[in-house]
Amino acid sequence: MIEFKLPSLGADMDEGTLLEWRIAPGAAVRRGQVVAVVDTAKAAVDVECWQDGTVLDLLIQPGDKVPVGTPIATLLEEGETAETVQRPAHAAKPARPAAAPRSATSAAFAAPPTSRPRISPAARTRAAERGVDANRLSGTGPQGAVTLADVEAAARQAKPLDRHAAMRQAIAAAMSRSKREIPHYYLAETVPLGAALAWLAAHNAGLAPERRLLPGVLLLKAVALALRDYPQLNGFWQDGAFRPAAGIHLGVAVALRQGGLIAPALHDVADQPLTPLMEALGDLVQRARSGSLRSSELSDATLTVTQLGDQGVDGVFGVIYPPQVALVGVGRLAERPWVEGGKLCVMPTAQFSLAADHRASDGHYGARFLAEVRRLLQTPDSL
Amino acid sequence: MDDAQIRREVFAALQGIAPEVEPETLRSDRLLRDEVDLDSMDWLRFLAALHQRLGVNIPEADYQKLTSLDALLAYLAERLAS
Amino acid sequence: MSRITYREALRQGLREALARDPRVFLMGEDVGRYGGTFAVSKGLLDEFGEQRIRDTPLSELGFVAAGVGAALGGMRPIVEVMTVNFSLLALDPLMNTAAALRHMSGGQFSVPLVVRMTTGAGRQLAAQHSHSLEGWFAHIPGLKILAPATLEDARGMLWPALQDPDLVLLFEQGALYNQEGELDESEVVDIRSARVRREGRDLTLIAYGGTLGKALAAAEQLAGEGVSAEVIDLRVLRPLDDATLMASVRKTRRALVVDEGWRSGSLAAEIIARIVEQAFYDLDAPPARVCSAEVPMPYAKHLEDAALPQVPAIVAAAKGLLGLA
Repeated sequence: MIEFKLPSLGADMDEGTLLEWRIAPGAAVRRGQVVAVVDTAKAAVDVECWQDGTVLDLLIQPGDKVPVGTPIATLLEEGETAETVQRPAHAAKPARPAAAPRSATSAAFAAPPTSRPRISPAARTRAAERGVDANRLSGTGPQGAVTLADVEAAARQAKPLDRHAAMRQAIAAAMSRSKREIPHYYLAETVPLGAALAWLAAHNAGLAPERRLLPGVLLLKAVALALRDYPQLNGFWQDGAFRPAAGIHLGVAVALRQGGLIAPALHDVADQPLTPLMEALGDLVQRARSGSLRSSELSDATLTVTQLGDQGVDGVFGVIYPPQVALVGVGRLAERPWVEGGKLCVMPTAQFSLAADHRASDGHYGARFLAEVRRLLQTPDSL
Repeated sequence: MDDAQIRREVFAALQGIAPEVEPETLRSDRLLRDEVDLDSMDWLRFLAALHQRLGVNIPEADYQKLTSLDALLAYLAERLAS
Repeated sequence: MSRITYREALRQGLREALARDPRVFLMGEDVGRYGGTFAVSKGLLDEFGEQRIRDTPLSELGFVAAGVGAALGGMRPIVEVMTVNFSLLALDPLMNTAAALRHMSGGQFSVPLVVRMTTGAGRQLAAQHSHSLEGWFAHIPGLKILAPATLEDARGMLWPALQDPDLVLLFEQGALYNQEGELDESEVVDIRSARVRREGRDLTLIAYGGTLGKALAAAEQLAGEGVSAEVIDLRVLRPLDDATLMASVRKTRRALVVDEGWRSGSLAAEIIARIVEQAFYDLDAPPARVCSAEVPMPYAKHLEDAALPQVPAIVAAAKGLLGLA
């Protein structure tokens, strides 16, 4: 039997609230399938399952808030049946206050309720999932019963949670932990981008805006390729040791329009050609802003890249997102005086910075990594 | 297409990217990307939306002309007229 | 594809079975010389001879019991009982012997018998030839009960029924015999599952045998009023295919059973109980049913029509489930 535990959807998450089950007991689930929607402090996230199996029991209900790592469902592995496995006790439910003992008088004289509002079982179930008070709705079903459609309509009109405040708290927790635990060191390197931008201008010329590449994609690709040679910056510090990551999934810091920040993972950056990478990046940014990220995107990032150059700052020294061990910052891309071949010239440049965890790597290693990023960007054809 | 129509399409494209923008309060002589807080990805999506709505494909070489909303509207009117 | 009647489809099924297995024979009242009370076996006597198409005396108890004995003796008999009303005379061999023998012999004996009978009303045959008692039989463990509603099932259910090691009852709704249509030769017929005959979104109509056509007609009329009804043909009344039923009800959240049997203690009651047991939290309205009036079936045409489930009543009940009534 497989215990499916509430996964951590980012270092700043220590508990989550189940919003909705997407599976039911008896259903077959496949690896990668979305099984639940969980509200983290930052967003409502589609949680994926990482094993094949058949759902045995759902251990928590929509509305329950449980710590990360709590078993929330059990799955049968192939060959198992409900009879052959030992079922665990259900997760502890939040304690409910015991009903106050009613006085004999009131029990004896209280008239039994003559009727209660007509709410269909399906509507009642969904109302509980969505946190809608079905008793207050007027129904459109038979005899004025509240139906599932009535609950859905009410849920759509309901006010969203105060996500902004919750996100602020989550960022505060993660960044405090980072600065408390991670001994950061910082390096910076000004990278000439004349060749890269000329290549990009030639590539984009004649293309419709939908097909154009942004400089940011070249920079992400260069960082990812450099990480292949500098694996000690790509991974996690966990249980007192560095654990290198298998893939190169770059967390892309996305500022949300309503405030706050989220850094979902762009998967397998080193392996993708630039055009699909650009499409994936556009899709990721858009979904980050509309709040429809998948759990793997929130938890998979192996190194984060933040590009604040658009805001006009020359450089950024970031705070590492734990348990990652490094963060690359990119400042404003602008034409600056530059010396090349003993002559002063005008060159588009950007400052690349590295904030890295000194427990996992040293400055010398980090400097070589930044030099490799710089080298790669001089030959944009190779990206 | 007259100026009012162009204006409507531009605002519709803009609100697709920055839903919080209110056309009345936008200062049309200021730097558009600062006024609406568009990063480079937003800007590209904005241009893609204009391309779809108006059929005007704005090349990268012309980006520097499109500083303010006024400049953008004038540029689009000129492209659509030719 | 060929255009044939339900009666001809049944006959094709019989002919194929008789040709395929020498142990198969047909017996019953008037099945030979007269060609069957409802002409299903017409022509088979000439084709297969008296040994295999056997007329019997007017004694349901006698010839059903003889069929049980022949099955025990290694044959694969098909016994025709003229209507389900008359099968009550043969309940003892059917229930006390055939349905129980595997259990009582510790698995040493089985009764591979198929009993065909006509069920249902609609032909002005009144209170001794018109009832739908298949729901009663569906109460009995040890039986398999089939209700072909389509040409494909009319032809195709007999052979797998003969392969079943135990007693199988095959109910032919009398009003269907003249129903004509294109037979889809490619359809694979099983005797395990219910089928979705029409896909829909808003409610599930559950029917079988004689009520399937009415449910489909009601669904068509509902579609004209913007209601999307799914129609399920039960096909097998025992054991019921719960999975297909629940999958549909979980999707549409509303269920209406159309059953020609009497309401109290009916197959419809059993189906609704299962839906409430298994899909309660997915329901958006109390399950409903349209059944026959609880009277002996009247002879007069207008009264018979009034006693049976009809399309307008199905449509009205369906709209009631959606709060549109």
